[in-house]
Amino acid sequence: MDLSTIITIVVVFASLQGIAAGLVYVERKVCAYMQNRVGPNRVGPVGLLQILADGLKFIMKEEFVPKYADKVLFVVAPAIGMVAAMLSFAVVPFGATDNSGGYQFIIAKNIDIGILFIFAVSSLTVYGIILGGWASNNKYSLLGGLRSSAQIISYEIPLGLSILGVVLISGSLNLERILWHQTTGIMDWNIWYQPLAFLLFMVSAFAECNRLPFDLPETEQELVGGYHTEYNAMKLAFFLLGEYVHMITTSFLMVILFFGGWHFPWIAEPNSWAIVKLLVVLTKVAFFIVFYMLIRWTIPRFRFDQLMALAWKVFIPMALVNLVAVMFVKEFEQSLWILTGVSLAVLLGAGLIVAQPPARERKALA
Amino acid sequence: MPIADADVRWVKAPKLGLLDRLYFPAIAAGLGTTIKHIFQPKVTQQFPEERPDLPANYRGLHRLNRDADGRVKCVACYLCSTACPARCIDIVAAPAPPEWKDREKYPEMFVIDELRCIYCGMCEQACPCDAIELTSMFDLTGLSREEMMFDKEKLLSVFDESVKMGKDPIRTKAGPLSCASEPAGESTTDGHG
Repeated sequence: MDLSTIITIVVVFASLQGIAAGLVYVERKVCAYMQNRVGPNRVGPVGLLQILADGLKFIMKEEFVPKYADKVLFVVAPAIGMVAAMLSFAVVPFGATDNSGGYQFIIAKNIDIGILFIFAVSSLTVYGIILGGWASNNKYSLLGGLRSSAQIISYEIPLGLSILGVVLISGSLNLERILWHQTTGIMDWNIWYQPLAFLLFMVSAFAECNRLPFDLPETEQELVGGYHTEYNAMKLAFFLLGEYVHMITTSFLMVILFFGGWHFPWIAEPNSWAIVKLLVVLTKVAFFIVFYMLIRWTIPRFRFDQLMALAWKVFIPMALVNLVAVMFVKEFEQSLWILTGVSLAVLLGAGLIVAQPPARERKALA
Repeated sequence: MPIADADVRWVKAPKLGLLDRLYFPAIAAGLGTTIKHIFQPKVTQQFPEERPDLPANYRGLHRLNRDADGRVKCVACYLCSTACPARCIDIVAAPAPPEWKDREKYPEMFVIDELRCIYCGMCEQACPCDAIELTSMFDLTGLSREEMMFDKEKLLSVFDESVKMGKDPIRTKAGPLSCASEPAGESTTDGHG
């Protein structure tokens, strides 16, 4: 490991935490603007120092551990959540990467199982949530943890299945190679051929991040605070940071897998400056993060059975059909545009199927 | 009374069509709504710098009115403390000074416990001479309970201050018709009405 890698690790992890803290501020601002308020604006210019104030508050608070909690697991759980979320960023190319000797915008270069590594590690965050819920020795926390495990395990499947199409098209699990595969023109972005997969991936990623409309593990009305009911101070901050880092990582994945990463016609072509590519990819990621927040304040929360039904009865079959279509097209070397049609057809078909009244009602009508 | 069958109307959930089942039109409309709100004017009031424009019939801090001569208007009749449901008004009456021809008594002591008060406004309704009124001052604070016992001087100073604000209560008809401004012939305006 050379020096530049170490510097990259330090810079990336430090800025990830800083950005995650900043996202809390952005979230509060976006939320406020949508509710015709102005949001935090007292600490510093337009409230920008609120980030610092929040961080200070978390650090200065008393580290409290409930009397009947499992002390060790209670402390370890947030660390696991945070470390797993951070670790999965290691293989994400956050800028331009190539085979030249220049600076590479990635921590671990040329990991051939890139996308698998991300799924494997980022799903470890659920351990943090379950352990946190269990160690709190509190029924609400435990229920929150259980919900989270059910939800994350369910949504892992459509998340993984939706990616397989992209992996087949690019012929690699390596994120850098998947990205390079899309840089020849805007028509090579995977979104054109895999719109359905993108939709499934995005919704599943929302669920993986425990974001609204899928924030069942921490529903305030039913479960107080869910798995972090008993948490405060820096341990709570770790959970929140983990959640936001997860958000950043999935936004990067969406951009890299479906929207050509740093590629943008005329602005960032393969021979552009690295800094331009970096800016392009960060802009795209910022767009998705803001989209996350827009969705959060737009759609109400799902009921738990609806959540499960959506994953098992809708997303997994759709992802499977999409996967079979990609296999067909690759095997018989057809045009990729067929996949666009298949995506739309599957979506409409699914809508038509669920638009039918349920069997119970059909019987009553007959 | 039981509900008659004829009055019961059974409502069925609307049938969802293909577009509704796909969720997208609804989600797009929802996103449209939230994005529209981002650009709408904000309703936030920057409180300490920006004060709310309260209606004139707001019931806030009490004041003891002065008459045209600057004397306390109150005649110590105890009607307000009798009407008060929170029992927060404490009056000690004394014979009025001989040069005050218009009344027999005046309040030697007039204390309102602002922490006990429920700001119902019944004191000003009860007052026969519009001596007590509720102003639109709402942000009263104190560091101790004793500080929140407003005595006569303090309540009179509230009057002086609220007259300057130019926003007088409208419920009472303080002024010419008030019993405290009799007998006729004396000045009939006292700066508020």
